[in-house]
Amino acid sequence: MSLKSTLSAATALALVTAGGAYAEAHSPTITIATVNNGDMIRMQGYTDQFTEQTGINVEWVTLEENVLRQRVTTDITTNGGQFDIMTIGMYETPIWGSNGWLVPLDNLSDDYDADDILPAMAGGLSHDGTLYAAPFYGESSMIMYRTDLMEAAGLDMPEAPTWDFIRDAAAAMTDRDNDINGICLRGKAGWGEGGAFITAMSNSFGARWFDEEWNAQFDTEAWANTVNFFKDMMDASGPAGYATNGFNENLSLFQQGNCGMWIDATVAASFVTNPNDSTVADSVGFALAPDTGLGKRSNWLWAWALAIPAGTQQQAEALQFIEWATSKDYIELVAANEGWANVPPGARTSLYENPNYQDVPFAQMTLDSILSADPQNPTVDPVPYVGVQFAAIPEFAGIASEVSQEFSAAYAGQQTVEEALAKAQDITTEAMEAAGY
Amino acid sequence: MARATTTRRKIITTAAAWAIGFTIFFPILWTILTSFKTEAQAISDPPVFLFFDWTLENYAVVQERSNYMRFLWNSVIIAGGSTVLGVLIAVPAAWSMAFVPSRRTKDILLWMLSTKMLPAVGVLYPIYLICIELGLLDSRIALVVILMLINLPIIVWMLYTYFKEIPGEILEAARMDGASLKEEILYVLTPMAIPGIASTLLLNFILAWNEAFWTLNLTAAKAAPLTAFIASYSSPEGLFYAKLSAASTMAIAPILILGWFSQKQLVRGLTFGAVK
Repeated sequence: MSLKSTLSAATALALVTAGGAYAEAHSPTITIATVNNGDMIRMQGYTDQFTEQTGINVEWVTLEENVLRQRVTTDITTNGGQFDIMTIGMYETPIWGSNGWLVPLDNLSDDYDADDILPAMAGGLSHDGTLYAAPFYGESSMIMYRTDLMEAAGLDMPEAPTWDFIRDAAAAMTDRDNDINGICLRGKAGWGEGGAFITAMSNSFGARWFDEEWNAQFDTEAWANTVNFFKDMMDASGPAGYATNGFNENLSLFQQGNCGMWIDATVAASFVTNPNDSTVADSVGFALAPDTGLGKRSNWLWAWALAIPAGTQQQAEALQFIEWATSKDYIELVAANEGWANVPPGARTSLYENPNYQDVPFAQMTLDSILSADPQNPTVDPVPYVGVQFAAIPEFAGIASEVSQEFSAAYAGQQTVEEALAKAQDITTEAMEAAGY
Repeated sequence: MARATTTRRKIITTAAAWAIGFTIFFPILWTILTSFKTEAQAISDPPVFLFFDWTLENYAVVQERSNYMRFLWNSVIIAGGSTVLGVLIAVPAAWSMAFVPSRRTKDILLWMLSTKMLPAVGVLYPIYLICIELGLLDSRIALVVILMLINLPIIVWMLYTYFKEIPGEILEAARMDGASLKEEILYVLTPMAIPGIASTLLLNFILAWNEAFWTLNLTAAKAAPLTAFIASYSSPEGLFYAKLSAASTMAIAPILILGWFSQKQLVRGLTFGAVK
C-alpha cells in the first residue's frame, strides 16, 4: 500500500471516528430519576433499544425511594431542571399537577392508546381530568397465603374474606414452636410503610382521616376498632417485633416460610412465587384484601409513573421516552425476552385481556384488587380528599409520618392504643389548623 | 508476682482490644461476606457465616448495571479536592491562631465549630438556589467547595491543636535568621507538623468520601460520587441485600486500602501531642 493511500485511509477513518463522536456528543440526552425496583432496573436494561430507535441518549439517576422523593421534590420546587423525567407516585402527581409543576400529558400520540390505561390508574394520576404522569406499573394490595398451612388448619380461604376470618385463620395457623406466625403485616413507622397499611385497613372499618370539613377523625370509634383489631391480632399471631417490620422484613419472613398469611403489595406475588428466592414458592395462594362488610375493602392503590417536570428543556424527547416505556410494545418486548410474569403489571387494560398474561397465577387477583380500589371514593363515609392509603394534600406526608410513629409505639407496647389515637388527633388537628384548613 | 500480674494484665488488655476492634469491624466484615452470597442466603435465618456457596454474581450484576469507575473518579476528585483546598486555607488560619492569638481567638474557634451544629437540611434550599444561579448543580466544583466549607472548622481545629504543640521559640529563631513569613510556614512550621497535617488530610478525606447529604442532593448523573452509587442499590420494596453489599464493598474498598496503608501516619498524627 502506498503512503498516499495509507494516509487517505487513515484520514477517512479519523473522519468517521470523529463524526461518530461528534454525533454522540451532540445527540440529545435526557436524564431520568427513578427508584430501585425490579421493573425499573429491567427498563434500564432495554434503554439501548430506545436510543437505537430514536437517537436519544438516556442517563439514569437511580435512588432509594425516600431519597428520590426528597431529591425530586427539591428539584421541582426550585425549578432546578436536573431531570427531564421523574418517577413519581399517585400521591405527588395530582398535587404537583395542580401547582403547574408538571407538563400535562394531553398530546400523546394515537398509537400510544391512552384510553387503554386502567381507569383507576388514570384517575389517580390526573388533576381536573388531565393526565400528568403515565403509569409504568401499578399495584394494589392483596392476601398472599400458604395453601399448605391453610389446609393443615382445616380452613378454606374465600376469594374475598372478612377480617374476622383472617384473625381466626391467623390464630389457627400460628405455631410458635416451629417459627410460624399466622399473619405478617407492616407495623413500621412511616407514611409509606405501616402508615399506608393501617390507613387502607381503616377504610374497611368505616374510618377516615378527615370529615368533609377537614376535621381530624382519630377520636372516632371506627379508628379505635381498626387499631385495636390490628394490635390484638398481631400480638396473638404476628411475628416478634412486628412494630418495626416493613415490606422487606415481611417478604423475608414469608419467603423463608415463617408466615401463614401476608397482606401487602401485589408486586410481591412475583417474589414469593419465584423458586430461586422463596422456599414456599409452590404453595402460595392469593385472595382479595379483607373487609368488614361495610362496602370497602382494605386494599390500597399505587402506581409508579413517569412525569415531565415543567422546567425541562427537552420536553419532546422526554415525551418520546415516556411513550416508549409505557407502551404496549414495551410490554411485548419484556414478555418476549423474560416471560409474561415479568412484564410491568397494573397499568394497561389490554394486558389483562391478553390470554398469555391470563395464565400468570396472580394476574387476575392483581387486576381484581386494582379494580376494587377507588381513590375518588376511598372510604365508607364521604371525604374531601383523593387517595386510598393517603390523602392527596401536601401536608399529609408529614402528618402521617408522625401519626404512624405513634401507632408503632402502641404496637411495641410503649403506649396504649387510646393514647396513640389521642396524640394522632392532636398532631393532625394542630398541623391542619397551621396549614389553614 | 509483679511480672505475673503485668503479663495477665497485658493478656486481658490485648484480648479486650481485639474484642473491641472485632466488634467495630464486624459490620464491615458482614457486608463483605454478604456480597458473596445469593439474595436467598443473604436473608437466611439462621444467618450463614462462612460455609455457603461463594459467588461473584453480585459484583458482575453491579458492574454491568453501573459505571463504577465514573462514581469512583467523582469521589476521588470531590474528596481529594475539598481536602487539599481546606488544608491550604486552614494552615495559615491555624498558624495565626496558634502563634499570633488575639483576645477573641478562642471565641472564633468555638464559633467556627458551632457551625457544625446546624442541621444540613436547614440550608439545603438556599444552597440549592445558589447552585442553580451559578449553574453549578450536578458539578464537582460545587461539591469541592461545599465539602471544604463543611470540614474547614475541623481542619482548622486539628491543625491549631498540632501547631500549639510546636514551641514558638523555634519560629522566632527562624525569624531572627531572616526567614520571611512564607518561609517560616513552609520550611519551618510545616515540616515539624507533617504528622499532624497528614492525619488531618486523611481524616478529612475520609469524612468527605463518606459525606452523603450534599453529595446526594446536589448531584444527578454527571458528578454523583460513590454515595449515590450505594443509594442506587437500596430499596424499601425488594430484597437486594447481596447486591447492596457488593456495591457497598466496592465503595468502601478504596478508603479501606488507603486507611490500611496509612494507619501508622494516622495513629501518629492523632496521638501527636497527646503525651508530653
